[in-house]
Amino acid sequence: MSAYKPLGGRLATLPVILGSLVAMVALYYMAQRFMHGLGSVANINQGYPWGIWVVYDVVVGTGFACGGYALALAVYAANRGQYHPLIRPALLASLFGYTLGGFSAFFDMGRWWQAYNIFLPWHMNLNSVMLEVGLCVTAYILVLWVEFSPTLLTQLRQRGLLRWVNRFMFVFIAIGMLLPTMHQSSLGSLLIAAGYKVSPLWQTPLLPALFLLSALAMGFSIVLFEGALSTWSFRRPSESHLLAPLSQVMVALLVAYLLLRGVDLTLRGAWGPAFAGDLKGNMFWLEQLLFAVPLFVLASKQRRSRSSWLFIGGVAMLLAGSLYRFNAFLVGWNPGGNFHYFPSIPEIIVSLGMIAIEVVGYLIIVKKLPVLHSADHAKAAA
Amino acid sequence: MKRREFLLAAGGAALATVSGGAAARDNRPVLPHAIGMLYDSTLCIGCKACVAACKRANEMPPETEMKDWAVDLSPKTLNVIKAYVDGSGLAKDHESNGYAFVKRHCMHCVDAGCVSVCPVQAMRKDQTSGVVSHHPEACIGCRYCVMACPYDVPKFDIHNAFGQIHKCQFCNHRLAEGKVPACVEVCPTGASLFGSREQMLAEAQRRVALQEGEPYDYPRLTLDAPYRHKKEAPIYQQHIFGEKEGGGTQVLHISGVPYQKLGLPQLPERSYAAMSETVQHTLYDGMMLPGAILAGLLFVARRNSGDHSDDE
Repeated sequence: MSAYKPLGGRLATLPVILGSLVAMVALYYMAQRFMHGLGSVANINQGYPWGIWVVYDVVVGTGFACGGYALALAVYAANRGQYHPLIRPALLASLFGYTLGGFSAFFDMGRWWQAYNIFLPWHMNLNSVMLEVGLCVTAYILVLWVEFSPTLLTQLRQRGLLRWVNRFMFVFIAIGMLLPTMHQSSLGSLLIAAGYKVSPLWQTPLLPALFLLSALAMGFSIVLFEGALSTWSFRRPSESHLLAPLSQVMVALLVAYLLLRGVDLTLRGAWGPAFAGDLKGNMFWLEQLLFAVPLFVLASKQRRSRSSWLFIGGVAMLLAGSLYRFNAFLVGWNPGGNFHYFPSIPEIIVSLGMIAIEVVGYLIIVKKLPVLHSADHAKAAA
Repeated sequence: MKRREFLLAAGGAALATVSGGAAARDNRPVLPHAIGMLYDSTLCIGCKACVAACKRANEMPPETEMKDWAVDLSPKTLNVIKAYVDGSGLAKDHESNGYAFVKRHCMHCVDAGCVSVCPVQAMRKDQTSGVVSHHPEACIGCRYCVMACPYDVPKFDIHNAFGQIHKCQFCNHRLAEGKVPACVEVCPTGASLFGSREQMLAEAQRRVALQEGEPYDYPRLTLDAPYRHKKEAPIYQQHIFGEKEGGGTQVLHISGVPYQKLGLPQLPERSYAAMSETVQHTLYDGMMLPGAILAGLLFVARRNSGDHSDDE
């Protein structure tokens, strides 16, 4: 008997209806993009070839989607089985985040009808960081679907297939821990080739290490965030007892991250632009502040045992990781010449639409499929 | 398995592979038969005949319907003449109260960033001539080449539903017919000169060594062409742009005003392609490191996944 149960209940709730509306407007603008070109919807230009469809939807979005990765490391690599009840919901969020990140990368491609070239061995350029990201993210999306498949197979009562999938599941779990390690660090490596166009505040050979650490921190904090949200919105009992020890891992990650960042800036002698008093310098400090907030919250035992504090810590950490990635790719970007970029409203709506599809999909699936752990349902009923 | 044991095993494997892994990737060398172009800003009179000739030779549309005043490279313009002006703007090739021209198009880097970053080999460097060419039939439109080009050369046509990257291809269709690039052919003063990179570099070295006012026999088209004119040498910057910048370029610039004033970037001698590939190949050399990590992960996943599986 499975310990996971569908939540049940009404599907057409207010968030689902609103989310669907946003998604529909987003699809309208996406159709415009396919009919009239990227420039008809997005504000990208010759100096800023990558806008928020790359930087938010793919670079930040897949960071948000690292919950499944971070928890898998905690459960399997560190053998902390008590986190297991959190895995399915985290996996579902990762599945949506990565699938839509992959979809965004596709509709941002200028020559999408040739996208399959990246999978053809005679086209591959093994020196390209983009090739690594493209292949590795695609592979991980497939692995996530396999990892999530038992949830679906249980519901469909496909016992034979389920047993077969479970027998080899450890292989997918292992690959599912390796792939994000590879492509999350590569997302940072993408910028090394851009050289002087990335401000020295963010341009460093340590980009892959910093992106990996930020992916882990974002992964753990999205688990805190989702845990708190599902506790409140579905009136489920608090998962604080499970979430609190996770936050200790986050403290270690945050300290490692800030140390690495400080040492790197010092060794490269790159602190100068931080004190320029311009947008880049100020955003750099905002980014550091956002990293310091969760450290302050989570370092205290008292604070991290309260779900409200955990929520604040999780949100601050998510913002910190996102801002780091936004800064590295967009705020710290200086192509020279007279180029400026700020996303257009339709461009933002398309990105919001991706988030809306994720939220609506998540809400419907936890009600229909056995995703949330029923040990907590039992407590809720009691 | 204890967490510590796992971390030790994984860390050990990682260290073993990294330390035994690939050495830093050096700049790629100049190809022995590399072709080249020398642009001498002090000879350029800003007539833009090269801009028009480039459009004709490459069948590029005008910037706007009725007139074509290209101010920068774009999906419609592969070659452009820009001007530097300071103060009164009267003295040619003077940094203060002067003006100077600069010609911008693909520099055909010796160690090209666009070639290094393109995931599908749509940017290729010819292994004989060294020409960096773009191949739209391979391109997926990710625009990583636009991100990685230190000279902002590749331009993606974002206002076209089926757009593509546009950039100077060194007129390789003309080279195949034994002709010189269109911009060189029409240049009335020899500001754009064609030859081997070796010849162009030697010519550039001769010119920057000239004393101010020293008469010099400037050729048109190529070094040995019969079309020449005598002119007194200006004061050259004591630096040849493209000799070492970012690993070197096959299009070289010499000028009377500092290169940064002309909008050319300041670049380290090590190419960004070499930096990026060093990081990437250190991590992925022979897939040793990922392989070692995967082996460790397979071990712990098999060991630890049974305990918690709730579907058994």
